[in-house]
Amino acid sequence: MAEPEDIQGIPAPEGETQIIDTDYEIGQDNLEGQLGPFGFDVHNPVFLVSALTIVAFVFYALALPEQASAVFGAMRPWLTSTFDWFFLSAADIFVIFCLALIVSPYGAVRLGGTDAEPDYTYIGWFAMLFAAGMGIGLMFFGVLEPVYHMAISQPLGTPSPFDADGNLIPANVERAKEMGLAATIYHWGLHPWAIYAVVALALALFSYNKGLPLTIRSAFYPIFGEKIWGWTGHVIDILAVFATLFGLATSLGFGAQQANAGLNHVFGVPINTTVQIVLITIITGIALFSVLRGLDGGVKLLSEINMGIAALLLVFVLLAGPTLAIFTDFGKGLLAYAKDIIPLSNPVGRTDDVYRDGWTAFYWAWWISWSPFVGMFIARVSRGRTVREFIICVLLIPSLVCVLWMAVFGGVAIDQVISDPAGSLVKANVIDSYNPPLSLFAMLEGLPLSSITSVIAIVLVIVFFVTSSDSGSLVIDTITAGGKVDAPVPQRVFWATFEGAVAIVLLVGGGLSALQAMVISTGLPFTLVLLVMCWAIFKGLRSEPR
Amino acid sequence: MFNKIMVPVDLRHVEKMGKALSIVAELATTHDADVIFVGVTSPEPNALGHNPKEYEARLKEFASSKAAEKGYRSAAHMIVAHDPAIDLDKHLLEASKTLGTDLVVMATHLPNVADYVWASHGGHLAAHAQASVFLVRG
Repeated sequence: MAEPEDIQGIPAPEGETQIIDTDYEIGQDNLEGQLGPFGFDVHNPVFLVSALTIVAFVFYALALPEQASAVFGAMRPWLTSTFDWFFLSAADIFVIFCLALIVSPYGAVRLGGTDAEPDYTYIGWFAMLFAAGMGIGLMFFGVLEPVYHMAISQPLGTPSPFDADGNLIPANVERAKEMGLAATIYHWGLHPWAIYAVVALALALFSYNKGLPLTIRSAFYPIFGEKIWGWTGHVIDILAVFATLFGLATSLGFGAQQANAGLNHVFGVPINTTVQIVLITIITGIALFSVLRGLDGGVKLLSEINMGIAALLLVFVLLAGPTLAIFTDFGKGLLAYAKDIIPLSNPVGRTDDVYRDGWTAFYWAWWISWSPFVGMFIARVSRGRTVREFIICVLLIPSLVCVLWMAVFGGVAIDQVISDPAGSLVKANVIDSYNPPLSLFAMLEGLPLSSITSVIAIVLVIVFFVTSSDSGSLVIDTITAGGKVDAPVPQRVFWATFEGAVAIVLLVGGGLSALQAMVISTGLPFTLVLLVMCWAIFKGLRSEPR
Repeated sequence: MFNKIMVPVDLRHVEKMGKALSIVAELATTHDADVIFVGVTSPEPNALGHNPKEYEARLKEFASSKAAEKGYRSAAHMIVAHDPAIDLDKHLLEASKTLGTDLVVMATHLPNVADYVWASHGGHLAAHAQASVFLVRG
């Protein structure tokens, strides 16, 4: 029997969290209705403005492709070379902030209230945040980056092991190998995960503990107060939707190109737009199926499958390659990372422009513009963890996995390049000519059973994209529904389809790289947003019971 | 004939439940049955509460006020779902089993084209539940 209760006012949650008192009701600005047979429930300005702006930009990129790529093509190097010090210092601040939270007393705050219990097991949780966070990048850059940094980009002025004619300079080899790994790990280790952790922590804290809607604007309540329900908040959310959708659409386009390159390498499938459109359609189709199966039945399941296949591939490369040397490389890479992380993350007084501007500043802008997507996704699956647990799991463990991945894939590739420069396909596709989508397949070619492992790699690329596409649709739908997680399902179908359509249109009409450059540009304002977020997190945590 | 009636409710759309609620009252008094109102919410804050605890309070209030109005026995059962829009059917089906209900009474919309793609929640329950299901059209 139910006890009669007075619920005229919303009851207090028994002192376990510090709810923010606001008159705003979730969904109050939403448009709810019926479009033909389908119901919808969207946040009025955010949905309309972001959908319309996206359509407008696609038209612009299609109508004036040359102007668009000139404008955005020039914007990217200008941003990364002018603001490199800003991106580098900001990322350093995020790392220090996260590490400080681990050891501070605020680490004891539990997301979701003192009695909250985690919704997911460690494995399921970890698989999801990893697959959404950077799974696909590891496939694309795992071979490319270590080899490139070893031989070409010269981080911190480390000399290349090859002279101008392509002959090996034995004296340079040892240091260049170390630096190749350390410089890569720097881009995939603590810094990117600190960026994700800041956004995810802010969202989880203000939603699960403070009772605000699960959307980016909520994190700014301590700064802007009630203003976040107006245009200040709309702009923040619209920027987030924008970065997420274009980030996904452009990645989908590039992913289709990589899968196409792989299919061409293994099966001789021709490289052309038709094949890539078919690939995008298949990826979007599987993503739709997964979106309809929901968070647990779709995204989580796929992430776990991903992790399984990725682990198998990792173990295979580890065993088929020079196993002992890889373990030594892992240790050396980790040591070099520990030794060089300070000079590598130093924002001023450096001359290694190719590496610092071309790669580091670019990565930081890229990770930051992706952070609303990955951050919200991580937040949604993190309820019930303490802040300390959360940071350790989001910051340290993924960093270690990345170190291992890079040491194995990069280590084997570097070994192939150094031990047989003339015969190495990796050297031909990364150093002699620059052919990024093929670098992974080139490395696998140097190992036994390459026809099988290449197929597995193609499957893995596709499945990682499906995971990004469906978790991305989930996130965009939540933001455009004003933080509602139970909006009608057809909306998610709309976003997943829209994303695929944008990718296809841009692939056919050109302009993928122009828009990627624009996604990077959103990284600059977002860096400021994230710095403010750190302050908001601090203020939010201070008022929480520990 | 019926001892335990499960009534899934969407607290955001209580106004659409008028017919179903009067049928529940009739059946509960005729058969002297217990009524369990079942509601599904997300761990994330939503319009019905900052957290599941607040949602549960509302659900309980709803259950007891409806029961008091018509004089039958009621209880409330809250389900927290990670992804309510998708997992609703699965959770309702499970609840009908674990709560040991022998009848489910549920408000549902008029069938339309969309039902060919996504069956209505009531339709799914009627097709899969072990208990009898009474769907009350809008």
